[in-house]
Amino acid sequence: MATIYIDDKPYEVKDGQNLLQACLSLGLNLSYFCWHPALGSVGACRQCAVKQFKDENDKQGRLVMSCMTPASANIRISIGDAEAKEFRQDVIEHLMTNHPHDCPVCDEGGECHLQDMTVMSGHHDREYRFKKRTHINQDLGPFINHEMNRCIQCYRCVRYYRDYAGGRDFNVFASHDNVYFGRHEPGTLESEFSGNLVEVCPTGVFTDKTQKKHYTRRWDLQVAPSICVHCGLGCNTTPGERYGQLRRIRNRYNGEVNGYFLCDRGRYGYEFVNSAQRVKQVVYRRRDDAGVETVEKAVKGDVLRYLARLLADGATAIGIGSPRASVETNFALRALVGPENYFTGMTALETRLVSSMIEILKTGPARTPSLDEIGDADAVLVLGEDVTNVAPMMALRLRQSVRNEPMAVAHKIGIPDWNDAAVRGAVQTKKGPLFIATPAATKLDEIATSTYNAAPDNLARLGYAVANAIDPEAPTGDRVSAEVRQLAETIATALKGAKKPLVIAGASCANECIIQAAANIVWALCKTEHAAALSFTAPECNSVGAALLGGRSLDEAIQTVRDGRADVVIIAENDLYRRAKRADVDALFEHAKHVVVIDHSPTATTAKAEVTLPAAAFPEGDGTFVNNEGRAQRFIQVYVPEGDVQESWRWLRALRVATGKADVAEWATLDLALASVEEAVPALSGVRNCAPPPAFRALGQKVPRQAHRYSGRTAMRANINVSEPKIQEDPDSPLTFSMEGYRGELPASLLPSFWAPGWNSAQALTRFQEEIGGPLRGGDPGVRLIEPAAGSAPAYFGDAPKVFAVRKNDRLAVSLYHIFGSEELSALSPPLAERIPALYAALSPSDAEALEVANGDTVELRLNGAAWRAPVSVRPDLPRGTVGVPAGLAAAEFLSAPAWISVEKVSAT
Amino acid sequence: MTDRPLTKNIRPGQPPLDLKGYEKAGGYAAVRKALGGMAPKDVTQVIKDSNLRGRGGAGFPTGVKWSLVPIGPDAPRPKYLVVNADEMEPGTFKDRLLLEGDPHQLVEAVIVAAYAIEAETAYIFLRGEYILAAKLLMQAIAEARAAGYLGNNILGSGYNLDLHLHTSAGRYICGEETALLNSLEGKRATPRAKPPFPQISGLWGKPTIVNNVETLSNIPHILVNGPEWFKGLSHTPNGGTKLYGVSGKVKRPGVWELPMGTTVRELLEEHAGGMRDGLKLRGIIPGGASTDFLGEEHLDLQLDFDTVGKAGSRMGTGTMIILDDQTCPVGFVHSLIQFFAHESCGWCTPCREGLPWTEKILAALEAGQGEMADLDRLGKQVKFMAPGMTFCPLAPGAMSPLGSGIKRFREDFERHIREKRCPWR
Repeated sequence: MATIYIDDKPYEVKDGQNLLQACLSLGLNLSYFCWHPALGSVGACRQCAVKQFKDENDKQGRLVMSCMTPASANIRISIGDAEAKEFRQDVIEHLMTNHPHDCPVCDEGGECHLQDMTVMSGHHDREYRFKKRTHINQDLGPFINHEMNRCIQCYRCVRYYRDYAGGRDFNVFASHDNVYFGRHEPGTLESEFSGNLVEVCPTGVFTDKTQKKHYTRRWDLQVAPSICVHCGLGCNTTPGERYGQLRRIRNRYNGEVNGYFLCDRGRYGYEFVNSAQRVKQVVYRRRDDAGVETVEKAVKGDVLRYLARLLADGATAIGIGSPRASVETNFALRALVGPENYFTGMTALETRLVSSMIEILKTGPARTPSLDEIGDADAVLVLGEDVTNVAPMMALRLRQSVRNEPMAVAHKIGIPDWNDAAVRGAVQTKKGPLFIATPAATKLDEIATSTYNAAPDNLARLGYAVANAIDPEAPTGDRVSAEVRQLAETIATALKGAKKPLVIAGASCANECIIQAAANIVWALCKTEHAAALSFTAPECNSVGAALLGGRSLDEAIQTVRDGRADVVIIAENDLYRRAKRADVDALFEHAKHVVVIDHSPTATTAKAEVTLPAAAFPEGDGTFVNNEGRAQRFIQVYVPEGDVQESWRWLRALRVATGKADVAEWATLDLALASVEEAVPALSGVRNCAPPPAFRALGQKVPRQAHRYSGRTAMRANINVSEPKIQEDPDSPLTFSMEGYRGELPASLLPSFWAPGWNSAQALTRFQEEIGGPLRGGDPGVRLIEPAAGSAPAYFGDAPKVFAVRKNDRLAVSLYHIFGSEELSALSPPLAERIPALYAALSPSDAEALEVANGDTVELRLNGAAWRAPVSVRPDLPRGTVGVPAGLAAAEFLSAPAWISVEKVSAT
Repeated sequence: MTDRPLTKNIRPGQPPLDLKGYEKAGGYAAVRKALGGMAPKDVTQVIKDSNLRGRGGAGFPTGVKWSLVPIGPDAPRPKYLVVNADEMEPGTFKDRLLLEGDPHQLVEAVIVAAYAIEAETAYIFLRGEYILAAKLLMQAIAEARAAGYLGNNILGSGYNLDLHLHTSAGRYICGEETALLNSLEGKRATPRAKPPFPQISGLWGKPTIVNNVETLSNIPHILVNGPEWFKGLSHTPNGGTKLYGVSGKVKRPGVWELPMGTTVRELLEEHAGGMRDGLKLRGIIPGGASTDFLGEEHLDLQLDFDTVGKAGSRMGTGTMIILDDQTCPVGFVHSLIQFFAHESCGWCTPCREGLPWTEKILAALEAGQGEMADLDRLGKQVKFMAPGMTFCPLAPGAMSPLGSGIKRFREDFERHIREKRCPWR
């Protein structure tokens, strides 16, 4: 800590900061543009000037840029100095010379950092009387709108896009007052993280194009803290709603998880919630004796009574949960049918993979790092995961982690971390150790030390060899080639030489040996006293939560139904056709007398259900997800859905009440439901505490979901009824559907968004952090449910698999992942659907040659009677003897593993 | 020993000396001396003792600059020497004379300087338009390499040096040493913040020295003749000779090597032949465009770093531009500001936005559309773009002729506004 003097008052500040960070951390108002907490300082905009004095007798002082000046002990500065204030005002005046002043029609208006800083600086009279320069805008694709005339040239966009996120198709062009930020030609931005430009840009150059289609001002949005449902990382989001429509997703800072950014799937995958095809009513599908189907909308009460009759004593009901449904929903289903009749909704393989990961993390000595900690790793091995496409934000973190090791160069010559341009100048293109072993090339390969493409079993063998190279007692495979041994040695040396080595694996290759190999590596490191971390990706937003709850697999559920041991099948938020073979799911529907599906979106499964109950999508309800780190996080209802839509767990509770299994008081609130969860499932102990209970009050008040400027409260429904309705009740959280309530310091898990007086943009965040870039005050949201068994030394997993053997006729299916397309719900969002690749079957050049096919030729894939045709994509990176199939896009049978598929050329007719 | 060391080999109208001729005239003696037994730090010490100051405009002591480079077995490698030959300052054409007139002198200087800082690689960053200089330098480098002055184990000393010529794509800002380094790395020519200084983290993050052509050209002579000789060349305590230039409406514009501290009067009247007939001197910008106006009262001023500084301007590059009484001072300044506004790299706000606004005001004055409030605004702009406010010295340099011009020629500015026209048109 150092004492610094600001306007003659002493303050204690943390060492190693610059003056701007220090001032903002202290809650002082100081304007800035080019500095960004995640991007550091470059001193370009000159907006953060303060007066620095030599000592207390120096009355003259000199202007310095606070972002470029270390907050060193005893430094004396003034923010309020007249000359400094005038200079900051002058900077704004100059930035505004070419700004179009089109706030009324600008999407950024009301949450614009430029507006805030203009007001903060005091600039109001415009003296510039000449013509403004103008620019041509570009079409940047379905996500981002471009309006270059608003640009104030802070360079944040290009620094974020290129330096931070590793994008290449965006740059700054031209010079002097004509600098232009965009692409070399119009076209869709290629980065998977392009949406962050919207929040990085301090004004309205880059705005959310999806929001523009149903635009609402920030102050008119109703918001609540939420969790992204589009992968297993659990990034924190702020969804915004008006008139019952989800208008947008914004990042919600969580220092341990997503920090300042989101991926484009998380930001733009939300439109499925607004789909006209949504399941919004109770649907009853009747089939008469002749097999003719009629579909009708049913009354909630009637259907509940009907279902209660079905579930009456004597009938056997089974429940199939889902890794994309909340902890509460899966638990409520289990409670309804009984643990013996509850199935996880994951296939046997997936259940085994996820359970195995949890077991490894619980019993082994290696800690699973938070997403933030992944960014701190200084040597990384990725085993089997296409991180960018499976867990995108983890890839953005890895792009930062490779900077850690070479950063020593900058430290050695005394450059502080925040001095971004100087650090990058000193470090140049040097990257720390990152090894990527995957079935096919991945986007992160461009920053990797070395890469290795091989069939899944061979990836596991490399992992075993690495473990063996670290600790000779760890088993290795037979016939390990010199090449693999050499690579394993290199990787082992890098991991051993690191302060924070990290291994990343997961379920993407559907290969348990890979997961075990990853465990062996980190255990070998721990055994030799290296603080190794192990991170697994999770396939879906609540895969870990579902696995912690436990239950039998989907395969067993299907068998149970086939065996005639179930009369009623209740499926919660799960499209079985995405997971199991079509023939098997068809058999389930054939054998089950009654199938009830609770879901929010129409799927192949809802299409065949006798009864479909409309479930709340994530912004319409409350619940808890457990992410890949084992962090339980609460999502809170943003708005009350219309009609019968309610959380799946509420439907299941209603069924319990209707069948007399529970009285109406049970689980009246989410909190009570969670109390039952904790009581029944020790592995989930802690879920209740990931947000304060509904009874929580701050100074006797609830937390408002609406801004204090929320407009039209009395007018919004005036066309229906001029009387203002009563505020909707929320039994599940301390939030209220109102403008009124407490806006001060709150537990972070309850903060709907970040706003402070004078700070209307995303930059208001500094007012809520303990320090810049640090945790939110009072701790970041979430409760970790999985901690390592410190000091334990579990036995290594046994022998490595045999060398992958190419088969003569069949080829092994490997899933290839796509950030846009592989995930179920985001693929239903029209803006994102535009980015989904066309179907393909990928073959190695030698396989293509053997089959006499070239790019674009059609092949037919056949497995167990199922057939699927797709055009060929020849990929030199794919191992011989495999066929690459797009995950989530091809039929499930071709994605199950190990699937040995017959591939044949389809001759043109 | 000569009293015109820099230009002694230059014969106007004739091609420069080739390697043989240059050696015959005593060339490469400094390389032999330095590599033939002097320790790198001893070379630096000689330059320090000579008090040689940077001729690119800032006048920073060259030996001190070199001594900031980490030396010895633990120093980061590779290290670089970069020649700033991006001569784009308006009114400045002194380095061109040395580049075209005696390229071997520069190559020799590079070898000695690179040896002093233990650099393995050197670059000459040359203004793109200096096509003849590029051709001559390439010849000289090829000759030097063939003769064993460049490459591995130079003259059997064990010292290795590669020298590359890089021709610039052409931005004025590349003359700023850190922007030059970014440009050389293939990046946008945007200056870098200091610290870290290039001596610590320069080209590709490695210790680097950037020196001006004229500065370096002095090195071989200092090494051969000694620091005391160098100091003795000057009329003032700022040692050596200086290439002084004069442009504007004088009888014989040109560039001459003269003792440091030569007076404005001697330069203007003896060497440049005085003002053209019928014209009177109204103002002098002493060193390139980025310096404050001097006037008739400064004719007896000795031109060196310290004396000109005391008179309220800077010697800069030492190549003065003369304003006469029949040229519009507003138009004169406008022309300069137009150049600077166009050459702003666009990185920092005051320069990127401030210069175009300033330029538009001056254009309005010239077009008879000025307002009295414009003069206040111009004054504010000068303050807004003062040293320290901007990221690099470009805009403060641009404000020098404007700020001093408004003071010196205020009546001319006001006439433009009162008469709603340019009185010189």
